[in-house]
Amino acid sequence: MNDWPLWEVFIRSQHGLAHRHVGSLHAPDAGMAMNNARDVYTRRNEGTSIWVVRSSEIVASNPGDKDALFDPASSKVYRHPTFYPMPEEVKHI
Amino acid sequence: MLTPSIQFAYLTRFGDTALILSQRLAEMCGKGPALEEDMALANTALDLLGQARLWLTYAGEIEAAGRDEDALAYLRGDREFHNLLLVEQPSSSYAHVLMRQFYFDVWHNLALARLESSTDPRIAEIAAKSRKETAYHLRRSSDLIVRLGDGTAESRARMASAADSLWPYTGEFFTADFVDSTMAEAGMAFDPHALRDDWLRFVRQVFEAATLHMPPLDAWMHKGGKQGLHTEHLSYLLAEMQVLHREHPGAAW
Repeated sequence: MNDWPLWEVFIRSQHGLAHRHVGSLHAPDAGMAMNNARDVYTRRNEGTSIWVVRSSEIVASNPGDKDALFDPASSKVYRHPTFYPMPEEVKHI
Repeated sequence: MLTPSIQFAYLTRFGDTALILSQRLAEMCGKGPALEEDMALANTALDLLGQARLWLTYAGEIEAAGRDEDALAYLRGDREFHNLLLVEQPSSSYAHVLMRQFYFDVWHNLALARLESSTDPRIAEIAAKSRKETAYHLRRSSDLIVRLGDGTAESRARMASAADSLWPYTGEFFTADFVDSTMAEAGMAFDPHALRDDWLRFVRQVFEAATLHMPPLDAWMHKGGKQGLHTEHLSYLLAEMQVLHREHPGAAW
């Protein structure tokens, strides 16, 4: 089992619109990863949809690049759309 | 003629079968070959325990002797249990665990599908609720039979051996006695023999994908579980399952 690859599991919850990362698991292939995700991560009625992705297929940003990637945005408050009154009827913004 | 004692006997067959298999799987808790497998087995055990509670509660109501699900689960001896012999067989190896589950899941799905059209609305309701769970159990066990049957030489040999050694316990699925036929005539249940062709077809299909040979169809078969005549394994299982309740009657969390 130690040679089973790692998979990342994403679940769309009952009311959620997007899949959220919930954790990871080991499985030899996609079919079993799907079954295992069901067994490990949806035991309490959490989900309506599951995605599983090989962890090795995910390209992650380098933690060392944090300053270069994210700091420049922190001083640009005008990029946040918080200065507009939002109508009640508009959902999921 | 249909009597409450026949209905009671029939309901305990389903309730006891679910309960005993649940206990067998619960014994594996913490011993699965991988965390994911371990949780899957425990989930299946809990599904079956939930089903056992529904069947036994209803059996107690039909019996009308004041016995609830706990009294039926914890205070009967082995001769009073009416589970299928297959499910009390020990978990000698992981191949046995999976093969026992697979043989059972195929039959269980077919049986519950029939019970969904029972003239007894309570039976139909329990069957419909249970089948949503057992459909997944079957998907999982079939998948693992194929993977391990069509796996390494070692895994294939183990699966083939488990398939042969558990095979003689599958005949009981399809043999009717007075209880079965009375319930079937009343429209509350089905003729057990009528499931055999579908069961064989499904098992053959999965075994072909798993490169496993079908055991001989005319093999000698054990019987007696439904009537309360069990293999030696049941008493030991009951001793462990019942000891707490017998030692501390009515113990609660």
